[in-house]
Amino acid sequence: MLRYLLPLAFFFCLVIIFIYGLQHDPRQIPSPFIGKPAPAFKLPTLHAADIDIQLDDLKGNVSLLNVWASWCVACRSEHPLLVAMAKNRPLNLYGLNYKDTREEALSWLKELGNPYIESAFDQTGKTGIDYGVYGVPETFVLDKEGVIRYKHIGPLNQQDIDNIILPLINQLESPAS
Amino acid sequence: MIPELGHFALILALAMAIIQTIFPLAGAANGNQAWMALARPVARLQFLFISIAFGVLIYLFLSNDFSVAYVTQNSNSLLPAIYRFSAVWGAHEGSLLLWALILSLWTTAVTFYSKRLPVFFVARVIGVMGSVSVGFLLFMLLTSNPFARLFPIPADGSDLNPLLQDPGLIIHPPMLYMGYVGFSVAFGFAIAALLGGNLDSSWARWSRPWTLLAWSFLTIGIALGSWWAYYELGWGGWWFWDPVENASFMPWLIGTALIHSFAATEKRDVFKNWTILLAICAFALSLLGTFLVRSGVLTSVHAFATDPERGVFILVLLGFFVGGSLLLYALRAPSTIKGGQFRLFSRETLLLFNSILFLVAMLTVLLGTLYPLIAEALGMGKLSVGAPYFNAVFIPVMAPVAVLIGIGAIVKWKQDDYKRVGKQLRFLLLASVIIGAALSMVFFDSHLFRTSAGIVAALWVSFTSIAALMSRLKHRQNKLIALQTIPRGFYGMTMAHIGFAISIIGITITSQHSVDLHQRMAPGDRVEFADYQFSLEELRPTVGPNFTATEAVVSVVKNGVHVTKLHSQKRIYTVRNMPMTEAGIDSSLMRDIYISLGEPLDGEAWSIRLYHKPFVRWIWLGAIFMAVGGLLAATDRRYRLKVEKNKTALVEGNAVSLKS
Repeated sequence: MLRYLLPLAFFFCLVIIFIYGLQHDPRQIPSPFIGKPAPAFKLPTLHAADIDIQLDDLKGNVSLLNVWASWCVACRSEHPLLVAMAKNRPLNLYGLNYKDTREEALSWLKELGNPYIESAFDQTGKTGIDYGVYGVPETFVLDKEGVIRYKHIGPLNQQDIDNIILPLINQLESPAS
Repeated sequence: MIPELGHFALILALAMAIIQTIFPLAGAANGNQAWMALARPVARLQFLFISIAFGVLIYLFLSNDFSVAYVTQNSNSLLPAIYRFSAVWGAHEGSLLLWALILSLWTTAVTFYSKRLPVFFVARVIGVMGSVSVGFLLFMLLTSNPFARLFPIPADGSDLNPLLQDPGLIIHPPMLYMGYVGFSVAFGFAIAALLGGNLDSSWARWSRPWTLLAWSFLTIGIALGSWWAYYELGWGGWWFWDPVENASFMPWLIGTALIHSFAATEKRDVFKNWTILLAICAFALSLLGTFLVRSGVLTSVHAFATDPERGVFILVLLGFFVGGSLLLYALRAPSTIKGGQFRLFSRETLLLFNSILFLVAMLTVLLGTLYPLIAEALGMGKLSVGAPYFNAVFIPVMAPVAVLIGIGAIVKWKQDDYKRVGKQLRFLLLASVIIGAALSMVFFDSHLFRTSAGIVAALWVSFTSIAALMSRLKHRQNKLIALQTIPRGFYGMTMAHIGFAISIIGITITSQHSVDLHQRMAPGDRVEFADYQFSLEELRPTVGPNFTATEAVVSVVKNGVHVTKLHSQKRIYTVRNMPMTEAGIDSSLMRDIYISLGEPLDGEAWSIRLYHKPFVRWIWLGAIFMAVGGLLAATDRRYRLKVEKNKTALVEGNAVSLKS
């Protein structure tokens, strides 16, 4: 009798592996960008078309670069967390407004609050491509030298912020590193 | 209105599928003839409703109805009509609809070609297939409705993934699905046999042609996928051991074991439990493939749509069908009556070895495919195994298969004399080794051992297959009439085995002797490569319906004689801003010349990749032989004849079981 149950037992083991697999996102693969200098960009700011913002403006401090768009539904759920985070502590949070229109992006910020020091306006999405953006929102942690230290794909939640993002920022900001 | 019509048709199809599951199965359990009689008409109605839904989706794509989310995500008004048609199955929702359509197509085919089978049995088969359909229709309606609307309605769609805008991809998915959904028939027959407790050799005879048919479709489907990857991905490879490829290859391996195991069960009444298990396994792997592709537990270059919630649903389906049937197996299999006896040296033993080898091959592929998951679960980090693992373990498992084919065709059922077989085979073995080694030494100057090993194996398979055919004619007076009386199944087997040999040659020579060159070329540049001279004549901009491109025109000359002019394009698909390479290929039976345009470099120059791939066509030619062989065997007359002969016996058998 027992040997007839073997196939079932084998299948049961497979199912356990799959249950595990479903709870873990295979897309959290180490990004090829991590540890590399962030791609340079020079873009107009969202608020003023005649003022440029570039990667050098972010350097010197540990900063966050958050890719967002007004058409992105997931950004809407993430946004209040960013606003709260920026309110609670000094934070160099920059936005990369991705494939959006100025008008809609500005009214979106007016409605939901603006946690960003400044947002770069990437209408063509070219900078987004340089950063390997394939799901909006995405969030990059850059160290003082402008090297990408972490990349998060999809909306951040409070656990991501408390357990990964903030500790990493603190660590990078400490003089030892 | 029209999308809702499609949605409604799907709901009706679900209702039919539920009826098709409950009444025939319950009817078979308590002998209710009227309930069992529902099976056929309801299954056909279900097919009708799914066809309507499918037709509606085609219409929505062709008419650019961007109020439907699925159309918007996968089509565009500039997309050529033929790709708007194939975009129907270009992503998750439509693939599922195609799955359901093909499942009900197979079920409907069973309703028409099962007239001679016992009523109880057919009711169970159709009921089981209906239950699978319930699962998939529920899945579609609850998580992946292809008819969901979008508001506000976008002005245009975001286009079909450019990778899928290719003629090969129009027929590849339907063929592949015909194959692995087709294993649902063998699954239905196996479960029906377990449920009814009639595990005799007759169920093997009934399901064998269906399985052969599904296997042939799957063979073609996989070959088309490989061919597509070869010319469309632009780097000259023809198999990548990608999780999605493996997902279709594993059912094929078990399907191959199954059709061979069926032979032993049908003819000699042996390995009944083993064959049942393989039939369950083949379909389980089809479901597993769907799970792997659709759930996103593995990353893949093919990953079209991944969604963990959908993954949970498919896992539940997988658990229910596979877990349930394996449990049923564990309960019923112990009571199977032992079949015919056989000696160690017999065709039965060889067929058993064959299916064990294919099972091991499948397990190595499964292990490699799931390794990233297993490694992560055991805390070993993010790991994956690539082509080196698969090549290292897969080839040693397949090599004995080639040896076995040769012996298996000659050895008799029940028992044989190894001295007799040795006598018959030793000349063929010697001939294969000598000719194979000589051929590789004459035509190739490197990798001699591996090349000759491949050629020797291929010759061995071909020689022994032909020898088996000859020995059937040996004692016949009129050879022509004898040829006609040999059953089609035998020709099918011979052809499929020779196809296997052809593929071995293709795989061996292509992987050992392909050469490539990465070259910087500006217009007017010329390069010598693999005995050919390639000159880049011009680089010109071109425009397609939904892309812009740079086209390179390369003329190929050998020994001063013009061979061909190749065109390779680097396309940018405008809607998704996605680059694609169209390779320029000159193909012939003995070699392909393959160029693909890389990236623009300084000035006018581009990087261009040149490949010379000898015998690459043989890989797919062999697959065509195998598939045609399978079709020949599936249409063998003796299935119909034997069924007729057994008809009276079965009817009587059922009458007895009704009384008791």
